[in-house]
Amino acid sequence: MTNNLARLQLVIIGRLCVLAMVLATFSWTCLANEAPLVAEDPALEKRMLNLAENLRCLVCQNESLAGSRADFANDLRREIREQMQANKSDDEIIDFLVARYGDFVLYDPPLKPTTWLLWFGPLVFFLGGVATLTFYLRHRRTQLEESSLTEHQRKQIESLMKAADKD
Amino acid sequence: MTRFLMPLAIFIVVVVFLGIGLTLNPRQVPSPLVDKPAPVFQLQQLHDNEKVFSSKDNIGKVWMLNVWASWCVACRDEHPLLVELSRLGIVPIFGLNYKDQRDTALQWLKQFGDPYVISIADTDGRVGINYGVYGVPETYVIDKEGIIRYKHIGPVTVKSLEDKILPLINELKG
Repeated sequence: MTNNLARLQLVIIGRLCVLAMVLATFSWTCLANEAPLVAEDPALEKRMLNLAENLRCLVCQNESLAGSRADFANDLRREIREQMQANKSDDEIIDFLVARYGDFVLYDPPLKPTTWLLWFGPLVFFLGGVATLTFYLRHRRTQLEESSLTEHQRKQIESLMKAADKD
Repeated sequence: MTRFLMPLAIFIVVVVFLGIGLTLNPRQVPSPLVDKPAPVFQLQQLHDNEKVFSSKDNIGKVWMLNVWASWCVACRDEHPLLVELSRLGIVPIFGLNYKDQRDTALQWLKQFGDPYVISIADTDGRVGINYGVYGVPETYVIDKEGIIRYKHIGPVTVKSLEDKILPLINELKG
């Protein structure tokens, strides 16, 4: 009985090893397919990644096109790479992507009427804050002046202080 | 009195801003292609890969381009609706089979029904890029002049059909 069990275990381990080897060769072929693209032209790859760093992946929206592993980002990297090989300038490639996906692909949004609030909003809030603060402080000063002492109270204080000096 | 009114006013403003922010869907990125000419393409047909379909063939008619894939789970949600819509014959629906394998795509259509006049195979997703596809399913309404009039991102629903897509199609058919 135990003998049979041990044999079964051996068979299972053997199969797992075969499976592991198959998987290893499989993933190796995957790598072998991807690698030449990078090795082909490291300068171009670097330029592509530099550009993709400033573009948003629309599938994983908090990732850049350079960093995302989504299939979509992979396709767009291929597109950028091909356009660079076709001697397109960075601006032309950005225009190409914006025409299809909108300004949303840009991490650095352009300055135009629809983005005025985005660009100048913080400044408006800041100026609003400064105005509120100035108004508040002025208001407070007048309040303090209003609550200043009456003539009678001042005389009382003076007499009290004189009394204190004599002691 | 103002001591309480000011913080309350600020609080309300913040709540309104957050409320607007929370109800927006960041996945719905408005497409710059709406009201622009639909990108022209020529691709092999899915069913008969010796035949080529050109988007120019559809000039002169109002049509829908539905981007789908057998690996896309959300496509299964909208699919019965598309099948029903094609049965009604209101608008021809063309399918862009996006980054899919032919066998599984055909099998999928057999299983769930085929609402498409023609399905086109965009195996490497290049036509998808030209159409600004980033999430499947997506649906475009294209008018007689070949201009994209509407883009729906995500599964088509009864509500979106009734509220937006069908009235628009009726208007475009004139």
